[in-house]
Amino acid sequence: MAEPTKTVKCLVWDLDNTLWQGVLLEGDDVQLSEETRTLLSTLDARGILQSVCSKNDFADAWERLEKLGVAEYFVHPAIGWGPKSAAVRDIAERLQFAEDTIAFVDDQPAERAEVEFHLPKVRCYAAEQLPELAGLPEFSPAVVTQDSRRRREMYQAGLRRDAERETFAGPDERFLRSLELVATIAPAGDEELLRVEELTLRTSQMNATGVHYSHEMLASLVKDPRHRVLTVTMSDRFGPYGAVGVMLLELHEHVWNLKLLATSCRVVSLGAGTLILNWIADQAARADAHLAADFRRNERNRMMEVAYRFAGYTTDTCDCLGILPPPDPSDVERLHLVPVMHDASSTVRLNAPDLRGMHGQPA
Amino acid sequence: MTIESATASAVTTEAVTATIAEFLKSKTKAACAADTDLFAGGLVSSMFAMQLVVFLEGSYDIAIVGPDLRMDNFRTIGKMTELVLRLKDDSEAAGDPADGI
Repeated sequence: MAEPTKTVKCLVWDLDNTLWQGVLLEGDDVQLSEETRTLLSTLDARGILQSVCSKNDFADAWERLEKLGVAEYFVHPAIGWGPKSAAVRDIAERLQFAEDTIAFVDDQPAERAEVEFHLPKVRCYAAEQLPELAGLPEFSPAVVTQDSRRRREMYQAGLRRDAERETFAGPDERFLRSLELVATIAPAGDEELLRVEELTLRTSQMNATGVHYSHEMLASLVKDPRHRVLTVTMSDRFGPYGAVGVMLLELHEHVWNLKLLATSCRVVSLGAGTLILNWIADQAARADAHLAADFRRNERNRMMEVAYRFAGYTTDTCDCLGILPPPDPSDVERLHLVPVMHDASSTVRLNAPDLRGMHGQPA
Repeated sequence: MTIESATASAVTTEAVTATIAEFLKSKTKAACAADTDLFAGGLVSSMFAMQLVVFLEGSYDIAIVGPDLRMDNFRTIGKMTELVLRLKDDSEAAGDPADGI
């Protein structure tokens, strides 16, 4: 089977005679074609970020992009006089994207060659290829969800949020409170499952067992009366974070087995893991059930182990564990908790269902 | 004298307390005493406690695992200092192969 084409996560545009027609420094009244405008909004809606890399005066070029009404499309613009390869590398680093997910378009063969020489994994395109770009497989992600359509918006909100955190003096909790965080836990529907799938594919995330559940498998468990598939979405006053987590519970009478907990690394610092674990504990405590959380350490889920341990989970044995089928895979540890009720979070407003009222619900 | 033992000699109650206090101050921009309850005052979130775990492990070349990962062990600078010193002692008693013994 052929390797599937790796989707481009960010397209970096040259400006003169690529994004617009004309050369700004030569005093041209540069024009943006309708086709280019459409391409910008098409890629944006597919969740592909865009940036610019141009040899120009920053203030002049940015002012022109604003006048043309397209400045908002671009993140981390690199407009200056240094080599383009260095600028493209800098954009990739700021985005924390691997080189092979970056594309670069420029009308000058010499500029493309310079980028190709230093960054062989960056895919380079000539300006003449722009009309066909949107039709290429690497610019056509398989799944496009609400979260991809808002990806740039979410990213820009993230930058504003980080800038604020940087300058915020005071206790952690007061900063978190100032964000006006809202989390929603809800039974997963089709769109949510796709967003979760996208989350797993695109972002670095923490998974308590490292077991990947496919969209199909989760969709089939949604219909199973014993299982609960739930997704977590978050937002704050800067904007949405999108789908940030998924959990899978199997409910037995005296014990609830948390088989899957996966969250986006972006929300770790917001206390999302603890929030979710506290909510599950409240729910189980009300149902008079113990909790058994499946956990298998890997190099990426260390934080999750800490979250479980800090929430009071232990490796102590309990009769309740005996009624559970053995974990799959067999090296999965089962962490046990006798749950107690928690105070509501002081930093996140939570909207969540009552699990006992959800018996065998279809999504 | 190896580099490892030079580092180990710096692991005293005073030094560890000062290092943790400095780390906390750089993150929260607030100074706190060795016995201040960090969670009760809302000074650090439980998630920030994870940064503390990573910080302590990285700074002192220790692994904080299993039952040691209790929130109580991270409640105050003093508790964290005790934890570091105990784990450091354990690893030396066990004859850490990295020391070339």
